[in-house]
Amino acid sequence: MIIRRKPDIASSEITPERTYLNRRHFVKKAAAAGVLGTALGPRALQGKTTLQELHPRFDSMTSEMDEPLNSYEEITTYNNFYEFGTRKSDPAENSGAFRPRPWKVEIGGMVNKPGEYELDDLLSGITMEDRVYRLRCVEAWSMVIPWYGFPLSALINKVEPQPGAKYIEMKTIVRPEEMTHQRFPILDWPYIEGLRMDEAMHPLTILATGLYGADLPNQNGAPLRLVVPWKYGFKGVKSIQSIRFVEEMPINTWQVQNSHEYGFFANVNPNVSHPRWSQARETRLPGFRKDFDTMMFNGYTDQVQHLYAGMDLARWK
Amino acid sequence: MKQKRALFAIKTILWVSALSPGVHLVISLLRGSLGVNPVEKLTLWTGMTALVLLLSSLAITPIRRISGWNLLIKLRRPLGLFAFFYASAHFVIWFAFYNIFDFRYMWADILERRFITAGMAALLVMLPLALTSTRWAIRKLGKKWSTLHRAAYLAGTLGVVHYFWLVKADTRLPSLFALVLASLLGFRALQSRAAARIKLQRSSNQGRGTRFTE
Ligand code: HEM
Repeated sequence: MIIRRKPDIASSEITPERTYLNRRHFVKKAAAAGVLGTALGPRALQGKTTLQELHPRFDSMTSEMDEPLNSYEEITTYNNFYEFGTRKSDPAENSGAFRPRPWKVEIGGMVNKPGEYELDDLLSGITMEDRVYRLRCVEAWSMVIPWYGFPLSALINKVEPQPGAKYIEMKTIVRPEEMTHQRFPILDWPYIEGLRMDEAMHPLTILATGLYGADLPNQNGAPLRLVVPWKYGFKGVKSIQSIRFVEEMPINTWQVQNSHEYGFFANVNPNVSHPRWSQARETRLPGFRKDFDTMMFNGYTDQVQHLYAGMDLARWK
Repeated sequence: MKQKRALFAIKTILWVSALSPGVHLVISLLRGSLGVNPVEKLTLWTGMTALVLLLSSLAITPIRRISGWNLLIKLRRPLGLFAFFYASAHFVIWFAFYNIFDFRYMWADILERRFITAGMAALLVMLPLALTSTRWAIRKLGKKWSTLHRAAYLAGTLGVVHYFWLVKADTRLPSLFALVLASLLGFRALQSRAAARIKLQRSSNQGRGTRFTE
């Protein structure tokens, strides 16, 4: 799903449904154009055939939208993943020993098909797609990222939640031997995030298994992570080990850490200031100045505002 | 002569170590090797360097008292001035890039965010100290100079509070800074109590003496 702008609408109304490309379609197109195998990956990726083979499609994506994609190197060397350290360069530097395969996901709570699933079994029959989304961090910086993954709704339908399930709760795996900073009580491990069921079922909500068409690197949450483009980045729980269907609103990790500053919904909202950062503007990386106006719901208002009809968004942070 | 050579040596070490973070940052900036978010790196490095230098300047007196190496006092003023230099750079970077040179944004940030309030207060406390660090001012102010420059402890405290408040989760490093600061303050408190006791003893001895002569 490419974020592409129609000729004369405001950027806040960027329509993500415009171009919906699945992998096969793209590879076919690329092959037809005779560009398969062209090596133009960023330095960091050399040797990874998948990306080099698939890369031309991202060139075409970039040219189709007016917000350029961030490079693979930018996305994979600058991010938050406190399990590997609190500096933005830590995840890339400290996640080398993490083993994302084999991987099991525990499905539990109010669901008809609970159990411990092999990741590949869980994903069988689900169609993978490219989705280009803005990512807006609560720290007031942002990127544009070509994820590879599938709608969370596909997985939810597969495991058949029961009517009583109102929320979904997801947890990061706990492996202090591999996740260097889980050895310290920096946050209350495991990292927990959650969504209301209608948010989880929304077509924009995806679970990503890759970016730039290649498998997710460890530092970005391999092998499976949540991406909710209209919410602040911390909602995107990484290296997901458990998914539970529950009746009560889960208490997410950052709310435990500091309930005064972080809430459950965490919708991108330029009008609600955060005690640490004004949310009115952001730095679009790689950039120097915080001069990019933050958009309501990160620019996905048309798609998601109905979810919050009648809710006071200043209160439900 | 030996004294002079030692002074030259420690001053050289001071200048090299205080200037190298700045030189490193400028070179990295020009080479474009500060990573994806250069402004964040600049902010964090200048802030960190400022705080380390400020606390080092506060550590001079205790270390001098304990080691008896009086020459160290010559480092106190340059350390404080370098700290002010980095804190100013830190402020300018923040004003230029975070607030895009807009005073309205700046005021809003200072008023709304307590960690910014504390940082700003630290810088404002450092300002008069930096201005009165000339030889002329020291001579002119005499005894008042020492009293005024005790505000360096206030600046250090505000700096540590600023750091504590801005960290989101991992408070290990700010806690270490707080511990260092507490030891420095503790040392000074003990010392001034000891000094007061000596003074008291002396004055009571003197008192007895005077009564006798009356
Ligand atoms: C003039 C007012 C000041 C402002 C507006 C200011 C602002 C900031 C900001 C925005 C950050 C980055 C926070 C983040 O990215 O999470 C920061 C970090 C920092 N500042 Fe300041 N600051 C000020 C004064 C000072 C002073 C005077 C000191 C030291 C004496 C200082 C020491 C630090 C330190 C140690 C850090 C953290 C560095 C790190 O995490 O590596 N700041 N400051």
